[in-house]
Amino acid sequence: MLQERIADLAKFVEPDRVRKEVYTDAAIFELEMQRIHEKYWIYCGHESQVPKAGDYYTVQVGRQPMLLVRGKDKKVHVLYNRCPHRGNMICGDRHGNTGEFFRCSYHAWTFQHDGKLRSIPMMESGYAGTRYGKDNPDCSMKRAARVESYRGFVFASLAADGPTLKEFLGESKIAFDDMCDRAPGGEVEVVPNCFRVIQHSNWKIFLENQLDALHPSVVHQSTGRAAHEVEKDIAKKTGKAPLSYHMLSAFATVTIDKWDNFQTLNYPHGHCILTGYMGLRPKDPDTLAYEKVMHKAYGKERTEEILGVNIHHVLIYPGLSVQSPLQQLRAVRPLGVDKTLTEIWHFRLKGAPEPIYRRSLAYYNLVNSPSTLINADDLENFWKCQQGLGSDGGDWVSFGRFHGRDLEKDGVVETGPGMGTSEAPMRNQMKAWAQYMGGAR
Amino acid sequence: MSKLETQHAVEQFLYCQADLLDAKKWQHWIDLFTPDGVYWMPADPADKHWDGVPAIFAEDHNLRTVRMKRVLHPDAWSQRPLWATNHVVSNVVIDKAAKNGDVVARSRFHMMELRRDDVRHFAGQYTHHLKKTKSGYRIKLQRVDMTNAQAAYDYVLQVWV
Repeated sequence: MLQERIADLAKFVEPDRVRKEVYTDAAIFELEMQRIHEKYWIYCGHESQVPKAGDYYTVQVGRQPMLLVRGKDKKVHVLYNRCPHRGNMICGDRHGNTGEFFRCSYHAWTFQHDGKLRSIPMMESGYAGTRYGKDNPDCSMKRAARVESYRGFVFASLAADGPTLKEFLGESKIAFDDMCDRAPGGEVEVVPNCFRVIQHSNWKIFLENQLDALHPSVVHQSTGRAAHEVEKDIAKKTGKAPLSYHMLSAFATVTIDKWDNFQTLNYPHGHCILTGYMGLRPKDPDTLAYEKVMHKAYGKERTEEILGVNIHHVLIYPGLSVQSPLQQLRAVRPLGVDKTLTEIWHFRLKGAPEPIYRRSLAYYNLVNSPSTLINADDLENFWKCQQGLGSDGGDWVSFGRFHGRDLEKDGVVETGPGMGTSEAPMRNQMKAWAQYMGGAR
Repeated sequence: MSKLETQHAVEQFLYCQADLLDAKKWQHWIDLFTPDGVYWMPADPADKHWDGVPAIFAEDHNLRTVRMKRVLHPDAWSQRPLWATNHVVSNVVIDKAAKNGDVVARSRFHMMELRRDDVRHFAGQYTHHLKKTKSGYRIKLQRVDMTNAQAAYDYVLQVWV
């Protein structure tokens, strides 16, 4: 049965629609983990999460429990969180410092930070004449096949072959350039807090929603209107409401028709950029002070280039949504066909004045914390999607909006003027999905 | 007020606070705060001040009003399924009682939430900085240290705990 379906996978995706099983079939989910998440570059964390030797974070790559760890050699390693002896998990905490080495809690095998076997109790007497010992690589913790980082953001691929991280990211690397360039120091540093929220829906539903410019004014109307009323009230009393109110009220003031003015840029591998000015350059004293520091670091011309980058956010398929102008990202960890964990991080611009950090912190707290005023309604819709897709009320999910009117050049699909709400990003993601699932490189 | 009277008055106030949340009387609940009062649920129990750090909630009067207006909007989709909460507040300890009647009190809470058919439990410690006014106590700071603060959230928290 499974084999039949796999052979037919190509039939599941048409240019403007997708079979519902793509979101609901547990066997397809397992294949996705094998052919996408455990093969291509998955975000593991930022180098600043593990500053000292022995610092580690656990992270899920596909279905694999992994460890991101800083070695004594200053390098960041990604290892399977598993003892090669009897399969015991090595680190049971979410994060911490393992000290000089890892030590399995079951039979005290110890390992270097790069996973190499260090010692086994009574190794000489117990293992003399066996195939087990320091010379056998099977006695070390297994490492991710490949680990690379870009501007401090660490990715792992569990497959030895495939494109390099830079090749894979392609144009989507602008997510990290835009984020880091906005720092006068050219770098960001993690804010040591991770908000973790579980969605009861397939991982692709979240990714599709990230570039869905039609939904905000429908789904987030309640918060947009509420914030707009309070924003006006504050402005009346004090002259000007904080920028965070504007970011929320935009969900109501940018009416449904205006979202067509946004644009999506769709790239190979399923990556996508949603453009859209976020109003981050008001002429208030905080912004002016920040611009002054930027001028000092980069000069006027380069500063204008950096602050003029027109990005709302960037989707790096299959597991990362980056809101670079506000220095936050959501990493997607699929837990099952209908269950997805998002890990939400915020970063500090090195060398930027405190008020700039606080401005994006307000967005992190209001939009991305577990008390989110925005995602509450998204997650409700995701759940409903998953419920509906499980029914026999229909077989297809349609992505037909503005289909046939995409502008394609050199493999990049741009939505034309006045077509910001095009479902081109979903079509692009499913096209990439079909290629991944068909075993494309 | 005697120690016993203060204890009783604070307990009654804390019960009332929890009642208003369970009854979804949002405006009445907001009115329990002083104009500069803050509702804070830290992300990290070690945090000392609500401002400038990641927080699950860090809401002044204006943000509380946004949240109230949001949940009352007819198109707040996540509010459609029936949901209810039940708070139990206990272990009330008066940490400080100033001469002017202001009080710092700690208590423990347990909240059960039902949404559709799903039950969730949240528990933790309240710290209330209460200001004594002519019309009773008002909240200057309600700090909510949730035991599950750092755990993964199965769905989100839509309103105050």
